[in-house]
Parts: sequence; structure tokens; C-alpha cells
Amino acid sequence: MVASRDSSSNPGRIPALGLRLLGLIFISILLMYFDNRDNHLDTVRKSIGAAVYPLRVIVDAPVRLWRWVGDATRSHNDLELQLARLNAERLLTNARLQKFNALEAENARLRALLDARAQVRDKTRVAEIMSVDANPYNHSLVINVGTLDGVFDGQALVAVDGVVGQVIEAGLMTSQAMLISDTDHALPVEVNRNGLRTIVVGSGKIDQLELPFVVNNADIRVGDLLVTSGLGGAFPAGYPVAIVDSITRIPQEPYADVTAVPSASLGQVREVMLIFSAPAPESGAAGNE
Amino acid sequence: MNRGRASRRLPVTLSFIFGLMLTIMPLPEAVAAFRPDWLAMLVIFWALQLPRTWSVGSAWVVGIVLDVSQGTLLGQHALALTCIAYITVRFHLQMRVFPVPQLTASIFPLLAIYQFLLFWINGVAGIDSLSVAYWGPVVSGTLMWPALMVFLSGMRYRTRSG
Repeated sequence: MVASRDSSSNPGRIPALGLRLLGLIFISILLMYFDNRDNHLDTVRKSIGAAVYPLRVIVDAPVRLWRWVGDATRSHNDLELQLARLNAERLLTNARLQKFNALEAENARLRALLDARAQVRDKTRVAEIMSVDANPYNHSLVINVGTLDGVFDGQALVAVDGVVGQVIEAGLMTSQAMLISDTDHALPVEVNRNGLRTIVVGSGKIDQLELPFVVNNADIRVGDLLVTSGLGGAFPAGYPVAIVDSITRIPQEPYADVTAVPSASLGQVREVMLIFSAPAPESGAAGNE
Repeated sequence: MNRGRASRRLPVTLSFIFGLMLTIMPLPEAVAAFRPDWLAMLVIFWALQLPRTWSVGSAWVVGIVLDVSQGTLLGQHALALTCIAYITVRFHLQMRVFPVPQLTASIFPLLAIYQFLLFWINGVAGIDSLSVAYWGPVVSGTLMWPALMVFLSGMRYRTRSG
């Protein structure tokens, strides 16, 4: 850059402006080409991403502080109520868990009888969602863990009540995840009632998913629970995804018009679980694209 | 001289950092589509004011950082920002003497070009997105321009005299 004095009384052409423009456009196009083709630029992204990390923390801080203030100033009465509620909830879940343990043992026995691969419990790790907006063109969120915590690209994200999405870019200390409601996201599922397999595609709306490949005469009903089928390789089987909420069968069309509501409230989750499936994730079997 | 340049660069750099924070700040679902392109507006503003120090090169760097923080294609925002910085620097002598309403009116096509480039690149790369997401920022950015200009001009005047 030319270090001449900047004043409006000394106007004139900025030297080599067009040349610099052309050069930078060329570099940008090269970068985009390689970035789109394959992930050669991952290291570049990660190193610049680490520089953005403090900014993300700063942006996240007010919201975090606000929550902390809210927690700290909550009244005694409120806390007691919450404690009672949580205790009741814990009792219920514990009771259910007892049954679950027995069922798990039974399931393992039956699977052994069938010579099927035993289903192991998935390892999980809790991550917090940072109050940071990412890509405006798709539904994504930023979580506060990265490759340092063992996060990898394509890892499944699950909230308490259902599948949330998957990691698309694992950074050093923060990662970006794509929600299942993104139009680029497709997820292999099955109907829990009868095992009918299909694919759930994001609609671009946070509270709606689409099932574009359900044939007209398929056995699917409003209220059916859809769970992950584990076929894509990215998501372990058996996690709830959505509940079918409308089915429109059009006689002339090959496929019915089916929509579903995600089980997890995608717009409101604060904490998610990252799932480390027991078998290593197959490469190239990610659920998106 | 060196110190003078550094002190002149600092407020601009700070404004870019602040702009990036505004860009990644969460907004309610309803208004998120109308988040102005703060960084594009800052690039235009500084290219108008100090075209020798802040032109295409710095716009490109800002764009790369934006690409990384948003997870878009590396180079997408960089290319768009570089182009509007070029146009601004090219016409900065004319634009500088525009009265505020006319300048605001000329911001609209600049932001529209910026969004169009992003849209175009997304299209070529095969990334589909809702088209309304491209128009909201253009409108809100144009509406926010006078406020941003008043704020930044004031800041600039104060740093210079101080």
C-alpha cells in the first residue's frame, strides 16, 4: 500500500487499483474452487477460525451473563419449586430406567440369539449452544466444543427430546452444526410403528420437516413417530426425529405430501449431546448432501 | 509518522471488529432476515473516507474473516466485498460530495451488487437458499446508512481532533 497522505485536497487515482482488484478476484475464485471441491483448506479455515473464537466468546458473553444473573437472582421459592419438580422427574426417570435396564439385557440376549451385532450404548458429551449466529443462508448453530474435545465432522447432535443436527465444521474450540431443518439436510429415518424406511428433508422452516419420498399407498399415519434408522452412517439408530403431522395423498402424483414436526424444539435448545458412536464413522457416509 | 498511521488505523479496525460482532450477534427469528450487512457498509464507509488506506486489500481480508466466521465458501464474501470496495473507491470523489439522501440512495445499488454476488456464487456452487434472505439486508442496510454515517463521522472527527 502506498503511504501517501490521505486528504481530499490531493485527489487522484489510487495506483494499480484495478490490478489489485483483478488479483484478489482471481485469488478468491481459486480459494472458492478448492474449498468447494475438497477440504484442502481445512487448516486455513481452522487457523482463522481460532482467531474468531474470542469474538464469539465476547458476543456470547452478554447472553451468558444475563442467564447467570437470572439464575443468581431467582427467588428461594422458585428454586424450591424447581427442586421439587426435578426430584419428581428424577423419580419417574429412575423408575423408567430400571425397566430400561431389564429391557436392554433382554434385547442383548435376543440379539445374541439372532446372531446380530449387539447394540452398545453410545458415548455422549454435552455441549452448549453459543448465542452466535452463523451462516445466514442455512439453519446452523455454533457449539462451544471443538476438535480439542474430540468433535469430528459429521458427528450427530441430539437434544433431550430428539435429533437436532450434525456437525458440519469442527473448529478448534467451537464448531458449526447444521440443523435437520436446513434445506440441505437429509436424514434417513424409519417409522417407529412399522419400520417403514424413508428420508426426512429439512424444509427451511425451523418447525417443519418434509418427507418427499413416501409413496401414496405407504402405511404412514398422522402422529407416527419417526426415528433414525442408522442407515446413513452418520446417526446412530433409534433416536426420535419427528412426528408426522400432515399427510396429503394426491392420486396423480407418485409421492404423498407428508410433513412432520421435529421432536426437539430446534429454535430453543440450549444444550445438546454429541454422540460418539461405538463404531468409527464411515467416511463419506455423512447424512447431508 | 508510523505512530500517526497506527492511531489512524486503530479506530477503523475496532469498527470492523464491532461490525463482525454485530454480524454474528443472535437476533430474533422475525428480524434475522433483515440484519444489515454491517461489514459491507463499513467497507463502503471507510473506502469513501480513506480510500488510500482502506480499499480492496483490506476489504478482502475482512471478507475472508467473515467467510470463516459464517462458514460460507472461503472467498465468497471476500470477493463480494472486494468488488464493492473497488466500485466505491473508483467513485469516491463523486460520492463524497453527495448530500446524505443522494449518498444513501447510491448505497442501495452497492448493497444490491454485494448480495447479488453472494447469491450468484451460491448458485454456481449449488448451495440453495431462500431468495428473500438476500433482499432483507439490502433494504435494512440502506435505511441504516444515514445513522451509521452520522455515528462514524462523529467518531472520526473526535479521534482526529483528539
